[in-house]
Amino acid sequence: MKAFDYHQAVDSEQAVAQAVRVSGAEDMAKYLGGGTNLVDLMRETVERPDALIDVTALSHAIDETPEGGLLIGAATTNAELAGDIRVRTRYPMLSRAILTGASAQIRNMATVGGNLLQRTRCAYFYDMATHCNKREPGAGCDAHEGFHRYHAILGTSSSCMATHPSDMAVALAALEARIHLRGPDGDRQLPLTELHREPGERPDIETELRPQELIVAIELPRLPMAARSGYRKVRDRASYAFALVSVASMVALDGGTIQDVRLALGGVGTKPWRAYRAEEALRGQPATEATLVTAVDAELAAAKTLPDNAFKVELARRTMIAELSRRIADARSGGDA
Amino acid sequence: MSALDKRRSGDNQPSGVALAGDYWRPDGRPDPLSEKGRIGIGAPLSRVDGVEKVTGGARFAGEFTFEGMVYAALVYSTIANGRILTIDRQEAESMNGVVRVMTHENAPRLNLPPVFLMSPNGAAGDDHPIMQNDRVHWNGQPVALVLAETQEQADAAAERIHVDYQAEPAMTDFELAKTQARQPDNVLGGPAEITIGDADKAFEMAAHRVDAIYRTPRHNHNAIEPHALTLAWVKEDGSEKESERDGETLRIHDASQCVDLAVASLAEVFGIDAARIHITSPFVGGGFGGKTLWQHQILAAAAAKLVGRPVRLALSRKGVYRVVGGRTCTEQRVALGADADGRLKALIHSGVVAMTRHNNLPEPFFQATKCLYAADHIRLSIDVADMHMLANTFMRAPGESVGTFALESALDELAEQLGMDPLELRARNEPEQDPTNGLAFSSRHLLEAARAGAERFGWAKRPIQPGSQREDEWQIGMGCATATYPYMRMPGAAARITLTGEGATVDIAAHEMGMGTATVQTQIAAARLGLPVERIQFRYGDSKLAGRVLAGGSQQTAAIGGAVIAAHRALVIELLALLGENSPLAGLTPDDVECRDGGLCSSVDASRFETYEQILARAGRRELSVETDAADSAELANWSMHSFGTIFCEVGVSDVTAEIRVRRLLGSFDCGRILNAKTAASQFRGGMIMGLGLALMEETLFDPRSGRVMNPSLADYHVPVQMDVPEIDVMWTDIPDPHTPMGAHGIGEIGITGVGAAVANAVYNACGKRVRELPVTLDKLL
Ligand SMILES: Cc1cc2nc3c(=O)[nH]c(=O)nc-3n(C[C@H](O)[C@H](O)[C@H](O)COP(=O)(O)OP(=O)(O)OC[C@H]3O[C@@H](n4cnc5c(N)ncnc54)[C@H](O)[C@@H]3O)c2cc1C
Ligand code: SF4
Repeated sequence: MKAFDYHQAVDSEQAVAQAVRVSGAEDMAKYLGGGTNLVDLMRETVERPDALIDVTALSHAIDETPEGGLLIGAATTNAELAGDIRVRTRYPMLSRAILTGASAQIRNMATVGGNLLQRTRCAYFYDMATHCNKREPGAGCDAHEGFHRYHAILGTSSSCMATHPSDMAVALAALEARIHLRGPDGDRQLPLTELHREPGERPDIETELRPQELIVAIELPRLPMAARSGYRKVRDRASYAFALVSVASMVALDGGTIQDVRLALGGVGTKPWRAYRAEEALRGQPATEATLVTAVDAELAAAKTLPDNAFKVELARRTMIAELSRRIADARSGGDA
Repeated sequence: MSALDKRRSGDNQPSGVALAGDYWRPDGRPDPLSEKGRIGIGAPLSRVDGVEKVTGGARFAGEFTFEGMVYAALVYSTIANGRILTIDRQEAESMNGVVRVMTHENAPRLNLPPVFLMSPNGAAGDDHPIMQNDRVHWNGQPVALVLAETQEQADAAAERIHVDYQAEPAMTDFELAKTQARQPDNVLGGPAEITIGDADKAFEMAAHRVDAIYRTPRHNHNAIEPHALTLAWVKEDGSEKESERDGETLRIHDASQCVDLAVASLAEVFGIDAARIHITSPFVGGGFGGKTLWQHQILAAAAAKLVGRPVRLALSRKGVYRVVGGRTCTEQRVALGADADGRLKALIHSGVVAMTRHNNLPEPFFQATKCLYAADHIRLSIDVADMHMLANTFMRAPGESVGTFALESALDELAEQLGMDPLELRARNEPEQDPTNGLAFSSRHLLEAARAGAERFGWAKRPIQPGSQREDEWQIGMGCATATYPYMRMPGAAARITLTGEGATVDIAAHEMGMGTATVQTQIAAARLGLPVERIQFRYGDSKLAGRVLAGGSQQTAAIGGAVIAAHRALVIELLALLGENSPLAGLTPDDVECRDGGLCSSVDASRFETYEQILARAGRRELSVETDAADSAELANWSMHSFGTIFCEVGVSDVTAEIRVRRLLGSFDCGRILNAKTAASQFRGGMIMGLGLALMEETLFDPRSGRVMNPSLADYHVPVQMDVPEIDVMWTDIPDPHTPMGAHGIGEIGITGVGAAVANAVYNACGKRVRELPVTLDKLL
C-alpha cells in the first residue's frame, strides 16, 4: 500500500474543500467510506490515492421528503439502511437487496455512498500482474479469454465486460433513486441510472461524477407500488457471494393488465441494469406468461456472451419470469411480496 | 462404596487395564482399552484446551515474539517459467524501516530441501533450490524477501521491488500437459498401475456397462490460520549476539503438523545438526496436509541468518496460495461392467493428474477403489501430467476425496441402469477379502454402517424416479455414497511417560491442530494408567519430545497409541523392578498386573495392590521416566485395514435457477472404537462440511495461460458458509478393530470422502441431471 494522508471531514462542504485542496495535477484524493472496497484495492495497489478524505462522519440521517419519499445520507451504513422500518415496509426490495450482499460485518462498515461506487470484482482487475483495460486503458483484457464466469452479458464492450457488483444499486435503479451530489462547482442531482457508465472504449471511467464530486445523499421517490417489490439473488452459495444473476422487480396491475412495472438486474450488467426494454414490453400488456416471455427475451436479445457466462442468459430469463410471475400473483392477491 | 473400598473388599474382579496385548500379530490379543464399556474411553470429554482457545489464551506461531525481531514480506514471481534478469531492490532498501532485502543474489547458501515421500527426512513440498539462483519454476514463487521493523513497512517495500524476467515457454495448460502424460514410478510408494485379470476384455463382454470421465478441479488449503512462524538463531547461552554464529540453535515457533520431520529437513537444508534446531507448535489453526515445510519457513530462517536478527513471517491469505501447494486436478475414467445381478465383472479406474517434476505425489485417486468392491477383473492406473506449477500436496483425504467422487458416481449410474437400489448394488459387491492384495480385512462393517445409516436417514423414502418429488419450485432428491479411508500407523513414533506421586506426563512429538488430540490422548493415558484425567499431562507439539509422529494420513491417534502402549509396558516393567520384597505385588510379572486406581494391581487378586506413590516412595524415587519406540506396524502387513462409512444426502434443486441446497446430510461410519464421542463427531462433521465444499463450490482458478491462481482469497475461493451447511447427523458402529491400538482407526479424513458423490447423486435423483465435473454448480444444471 502506498503511503497516504488522511483527513476527516465533519460535513460535506469541508469534505469537498479538503479534496480540492489536496488534489493537483499529480495528486489524487479519494473519499473514504467504510473502506471495505477501497482499502482492499489500495492493498493490491490498484488504487493509489495520495490522500483519503474520511466521509463517514457525514449524514447518517434517513429523512422523509416533502414528496413522500426518503432522503438517505450518504454515510448511512448498509446495515442501517436495510434495517430502517420505513425502507422495509415501503421499499422492501432495497432492504432485501442489501441484506443479500456481503456479510453482516461488511454491511456494518459499508456506507451507501461507498456501495454505489464499489468497483468490479473481476479477478484480473485486482491482480497487477495481469492485463486489464479498466486499470490501464489499452493494456488488454485478460478476462476475455480467461475466467469470466461472473462477467456481464449486457452493456459490455470489446474492451471490458466487468460486472458492476452492487446489489443495493440494482434495487435503487428499479426504485428510480436520485443521487444528490456536491462538488467544487456546486450541487446537482443525477438519476441513479445515469450515475454509472457502460465501459465502451474507456472502462476506466466508470461514472459521470466530476472531479472531487461527493455523493451526499440518495433520494427515494414516493412509489406506492414498491411496497410489493422483491429482490431475488442467485449465487453460488447460500450467502456471502456476489450475484450470478439478481432481479429487482415490482408490478402494478389494472385488472388483468400490467399497469406499471419496474425491473432491474444485477450480475449481468456492466452497470446496475434497469431493464427498460422489458418494462416497455410489459406496460399495458396482459399479465400473461406469453407477455413475460416476450418482454424478457426483448431485454436479453442484446446479450453478448462468452463461453463461461453464456448460462446467464437462460438464468436471467428464468429468474425474471419467475420473479415477475410472483409479483403479478402477489398483486392479484393483494398480499405482500 | 468407593472404588478403593470395593477393591479392598476383594469380592469383585479387578477391572484395571492390563498391558496391551500383541494386537498387531495374527494371533495376538486386542488392546484391553478397545473393550466396550471401558471407563473414560469414548466419553465426550470437552477439549482440554477449549477455554484457552476461546478466551484467546492459546498462542499461535505468529504471536510469539523475540527481542529485536524484524518482520518479513515476500515478493512473488509473476511468470511460471524462466529467469530473473534483474531485481531492483534499491528503492525498497532505502524505505523507512527496511532492514534488508534478500534475493538469490545475497541469500545464504542452502542445500536442496528433502521432499516428502522422496527422502526419509523429507518434509518439503518440492526440491527446487530456494532463492539460490535466478530460475523461476512457478507463477507465485518467492523471488525476494523484505525485512523491516514493522510488518507494514515490509509490505510497503515489497511492492517497490521491481523484477525483470525472461519468460520461457511454460506448461501451464492441463489439456496440453495431459497429451504428454507419463506413468510415475510409484504412487504413495506402491505401483502406479494395478491389474487383476483382463479388465478391458471383461468390460467389453459385460451385460451392463458404465463408462464415464469425471473431473475434479484444483483445491487450495484454506486453514483458518494462515501459515506463520517466528524464529531466531539463538546462542546456546540464550544470547543473540551477531558475532560467532556457529553453535547457534535455530529456534522456531511454527504452525506445523510435522515438527520432527521439519527439523530433519531443515537440518539438511542448513547443513547443521538436527539437535541444533528446535521447533515448537503448541497450537495449529488447522493443517489438513498443508502445514508441512514450504519455502516460507526456510526463507525466514535464511533471512534471520543474513541479518542476525529474529524474524516473524506470516503469510497473507494470498501468500498461502502462492507458496503452499494444494490438491491437484484430476481427470478420471471409471468403467464398470456388471452382470444382470449387479455383480461387477470389470472395474477400471484410471486417469491423469497434474504434478510437477519436483515432487512425487500423484493425487492417488484410486486408493479407495483398491479396497471397496469385489470385481473379477480390475485395472487401476494413474498417470501424471507435468506442469509448471507450485508442487501439489496432501489435502484432507488425498485420493479418496476425489476418487470416491468418480467411483461412487459411476456406481450410482450403474444402479440406475440396473434399476437397483444403489445401496443394494454396493452390498452385492461387498468383498470377502481385499480385492487387490488378497489380505483379510482387520475390521470391516460397512454394510452394518450403511444399513443403520439408511434407516436413520429414511433412505426407503428416496424417490425412485429422478425429478419426481418436489416442494414448490424445489425438486428433492436423495443420494448416497461409500466413504473410506485407510488405517495407517507410520514408523518412527515413540513416547516418554514420566510418573510421579501426583500423576503422569506423556510426552510425544505429536500435534494438536484442532482435532482434539490433546484431549483424547489425555483420556487414553488416564485410562491406561488408571489415573483420573486431571492427573495426566499430555505434552506435544515440540520437536525435542520423543518420536517422529506425523499428523497426517489420519494416523496420529494410532501412532501415539502404539507408542504409549510400548512406553506403558516399559514403565510397568520398571515399576515392578522397583518393588521390594515387602510389596504385596512382589513376584508378579508384567503380564500379571494391571493399572487401576492410581497404582498397580494383580489382575487376579484385587488385594495385591500398591499405588504408584507407594512404589516410588519405597524405592526412594521422586519420579520414574521411560521412553520407548512403538512396535513396528506389523498389523499392516497382515491385514487390509480401512475405515468405512456411508454418506447420505438430500438436496433441493430449484427448477427456476438450478440453485442447489443441501437439506440433510448423514454420515454413518465404521472406524473402530470411537475414543471421544464429542471430538469424533466434530471431526466427522468438519470433514463432511469440507466435502460439501468439494461437492458444490471449491475450485482454484488456475489460469492456463499464465499458471497463475486467479482467486487467491476467501472472497473469491468459495468454501461453505453457515447457510450452506444443514444439520449434519453422524453415527458410528463403534466396533473395535482387534488389531489396532485402542481398537481405533483415525477419523480425521474419512468424513470428506464420499460426500462429493453423495451430493452429485442426490442432485441427479432430484432433477435427472448427471454432473461429472466438480464442483456441481448451477450453470452445469441449466
Ligand atoms: C468479501 C466481500 C463480499 C461482498 N459481497 C457483496 C455482495 O454480495 N453484494 C454487494 O452488493 N456488495 C458486496 N460487497 C461489497 C460491499 O458492498 C462494498 O465493499 C461496500 O458497499 C463499499 O462501501 P464502503 O463504504 O466500504 O466503500 P469504500 O470502500 O469506503 O469506498 C468505495 C468507493 O466509493 C468512494 N466513496 C465512498 N463514499 C463516497 C461518497 N460519499 N462520495 C463519493 N465517493 C465515495 C470511495 O472513494 C471508493 O472509491 C462485498 C465486499 C466484500 C469485501
Ligand atoms: S473485464 Fe474489464 S476489469 Fe476485467 S480484465 Fe477485462 S478490462 Fe479489466
